[in-house]
Amino acid sequence: MTASATAKVPLVEVEDIHTFYGKSHILHGVSLQVGRGEVVGLLGRNGVGKSTTLKTIMGLVNPSRGRVRFEGSATTGLPAHRLARIGIAYVPEDRRIFRLLTVMENLRTGLDRRGVSEARKQELLDKVFAYFPRLAERRNQAGGTLSGGEQQMLAIARAMMLEPKIILLDEPTEGLMPRMVSQIREIIEVLHREGVAILLVEQNVPLTLETSQRVYIMEKGVVRHQCAASELRVNDAVIHQYLGV
Amino acid sequence: MEVISDFFQAIPYDQILIQTLNGIVTGMILALIASGLTLIFGIMDVVNFAHGELFMLGAYIGVVVLATSGSFWLALVLATLVVAIIGAALQITTLRPLIGRDPLTTILATFGLSLVLQNYALWQFGPVARKIQEPITGQFTLFYLEYPWYRVLIAGLSAAIIGAFWLFLKYGTYGIWIRATTQDRVMAQAMGIPVPWVHTAAFAIGAGMAAASGVLFAPLVGVNHSMGIDWVLKAFIVVVVGGMGNLGGSIAASIFISLLEAYASIWVSPAQAVIVSFVVLILTLLFRPTGLFVPTPK
Amino acid sequence: MSKRSTTIYWIGFSLILALLIVAPLVLPEFWRRFLTEILIWGLLAMSSDILIGYTGMVSFGHSAFFGLGMYGAAAALLMVKPPNLWLAIVYGLVGSAGIALFVAYFSTRLRDIYFAITTLIFSQIFYVIIFTWTDVTGGENGLTFSRPALGIPGLFSVPFSSETLHWFVLAVVTTSYLILRRITQSPFGMVLQSIRENEGRTRAIGYAIERYKIVAVMLSGLFAGLAGVLYAIQNRFAAPDFVYFLVSGETVIFNVMGGIGTLVGPIVGAAFFLLLREAFSRFFTEYYLIPVGVIFIAMIIFMPQGLLGFMRRWLNQ
Repeated sequence: MTASATAKVPLVEVEDIHTFYGKSHILHGVSLQVGRGEVVGLLGRNGVGKSTTLKTIMGLVNPSRGRVRFEGSATTGLPAHRLARIGIAYVPEDRRIFRLLTVMENLRTGLDRRGVSEARKQELLDKVFAYFPRLAERRNQAGGTLSGGEQQMLAIARAMMLEPKIILLDEPTEGLMPRMVSQIREIIEVLHREGVAILLVEQNVPLTLETSQRVYIMEKGVVRHQCAASELRVNDAVIHQYLGV
Repeated sequence: MEVISDFFQAIPYDQILIQTLNGIVTGMILALIASGLTLIFGIMDVVNFAHGELFMLGAYIGVVVLATSGSFWLALVLATLVVAIIGAALQITTLRPLIGRDPLTTILATFGLSLVLQNYALWQFGPVARKIQEPITGQFTLFYLEYPWYRVLIAGLSAAIIGAFWLFLKYGTYGIWIRATTQDRVMAQAMGIPVPWVHTAAFAIGAGMAAASGVLFAPLVGVNHSMGIDWVLKAFIVVVVGGMGNLGGSIAASIFISLLEAYASIWVSPAQAVIVSFVVLILTLLFRPTGLFVPTPK
Repeated sequence: MSKRSTTIYWIGFSLILALLIVAPLVLPEFWRRFLTEILIWGLLAMSSDILIGYTGMVSFGHSAFFGLGMYGAAAALLMVKPPNLWLAIVYGLVGSAGIALFVAYFSTRLRDIYFAITTLIFSQIFYVIIFTWTDVTGGENGLTFSRPALGIPGLFSVPFSSETLHWFVLAVVTTSYLILRRITQSPFGMVLQSIRENEGRTRAIGYAIERYKIVAVMLSGLFAGLAGVLYAIQNRFAAPDFVYFLVSGETVIFNVMGGIGTLVGPIVGAAFFLLLREAFSRFFTEYYLIPVGVIFIAMIIFMPQGLLGFMRRWLNQ
């Protein structure tokens, strides 16, 4: 496990969090870490609490116990808009782009921040339009008119506008055609090359194993297994136990 | 036949013309009030019962500023700003603690606010209505009728304010924040938009618009502590008929209802003319509950 | 529900009832009337609790039910000679039932905020009608009439004294409370509460929630109308002021202050509000609503369950 071999503080650290939705006890003590620039996969069957973990890190849900740390400082209980500004971006499971805003306006929600020069904004826009030429074509179209795959691109592009240190990606390939799935893989690789960490929740196991350095596997609200992605690729037993049907 | 020509002769054309203008003028004021109400509802699901009182406070502040400075325009600007600040303060103290609770609690809280504000105004200013002088007197001739310039000014200014607001929403940075927050509060937060402050700002803007209407309307009627009540009821009707949270719809509904009421007042007393708006509401609720001017049901 | 709890409850109930019976004998006239008024407003608030507290439908339309009960009674007392108490009650209930039917129809088609605003506007519609239809309703000035005697036609007739009127009101309110309590604790009442908790799920289980809502509105309207009748009898006049939506607003305030979903809470809330009003009127004259309003807002924020809210489970067993 290379991440903890360095003395550096992990980028995101989740310590024993318990989260409830109303009376439902969803997370029963989840702990995990993501190092700087690492791509970490979070696998598990439906309903085990993967999305809830992401939401807890993003401050959209408050844990009743446990701590979340970002770059060493506790962030538990901070509102999501603060976290977005210090470097955590979130791409939710159903994309949730602003349907009535244009593509450009969607991007601006992330772009219009304090301390970003106009030049830098233009740079970011150019970069994202280079990666997603479809979005460039449709820049003045309302988000709701885009196809599912384009909306996913927009959701990721929008997150990139925040210049985040880590992106929490929740099931980006759900419902996408194979061609778009490989596009997602490319994006993840590009982001990794740029040093952006990614916590990737996915049902698509092969994709996760190809793009991640490490994976965690969750079951019933806790992390049951963690290892390097390379190890898991050959460990059919574990895959079958926690992820198989 | 004679019956038909008698009928056409009996139609009071000049009355209709005057009432059309009156309807448009009242409609624009109502639109300005309703826009604020619809903005507040659309963005934070708050039904602001105290909106009429913000209108009333604006009128009173206008009276005070006009009395001390003599300038109507200064009164308009100051009243708008002061009430916007008061609105922000009220939102922060009484509405923020209620976020996440049953939406009915905000109706009750704003209802409580309206009682407090009304009685405060009664206490400070007394029960006698105040009058403001309109800034432009004189009338112009339309065909063979005389119509006051000031009323035209009201309509024009209201339209201008609403127009400016619409432009701000569409093109301004903070306008985008408001629209994003209205559509998806959670993702707006996740994008770094400080949603609690956007809510406060939206409330302040709504309050300011109500106050501006109050000052503009004040010269037409007496300013007194209960002037807000009738307006808030009508504004609610407009917001429901126009489609909750739909800015364009509430503007259209405002003019539509005001025109109908103005025409009705040719034949019945003004007190009874308000039944028109009630009837429109009931019909809308029965047949097109999402809003009269909403093209597709949500 | 334990035996012990039930006993405590009924002991408490009897104690309070006893106090209320004895009260007019020891209180000065002003406070006697005050207490009777508390009971009447309490009945109104209790009727509203059926909708707000038990079915989860906030209504601002109770002033219409109350007002029509009042005017209905006025109609009976003015049109039929000699003025007959029971006829007044019947007319009043019929009047409020009619409105309730109207409102009930809309209750099934509108949710939450839309329903609340619509009921508010309805009460205003009736206000305007009553205010402007001067020939029938006396318009702004309302109607005055004499108080009917307590009695059964043909058997006996005794004019009301201040005490006997109080006891009559107390009897009506207590009976209403017991009836409503029985209803809220019945299977019907359970369904209402289930609708409040989660309407979708209740419907999914198979209940025709429209029917339940209609019955809830009718019930609520009837008892509110009854309160209106009592008010008319006590005060001998009917005025459009009571149909103004402020009355609805105050009713909701009583509910919230006292604790919704408890039936007695709203009565306590009414008492609390009226006492506060009395107290503040001494210092602030007519501006008592400023401090009372502030207290109300503070209660919403800091004590949303109301004065008796903590007893809610116990009271509903």
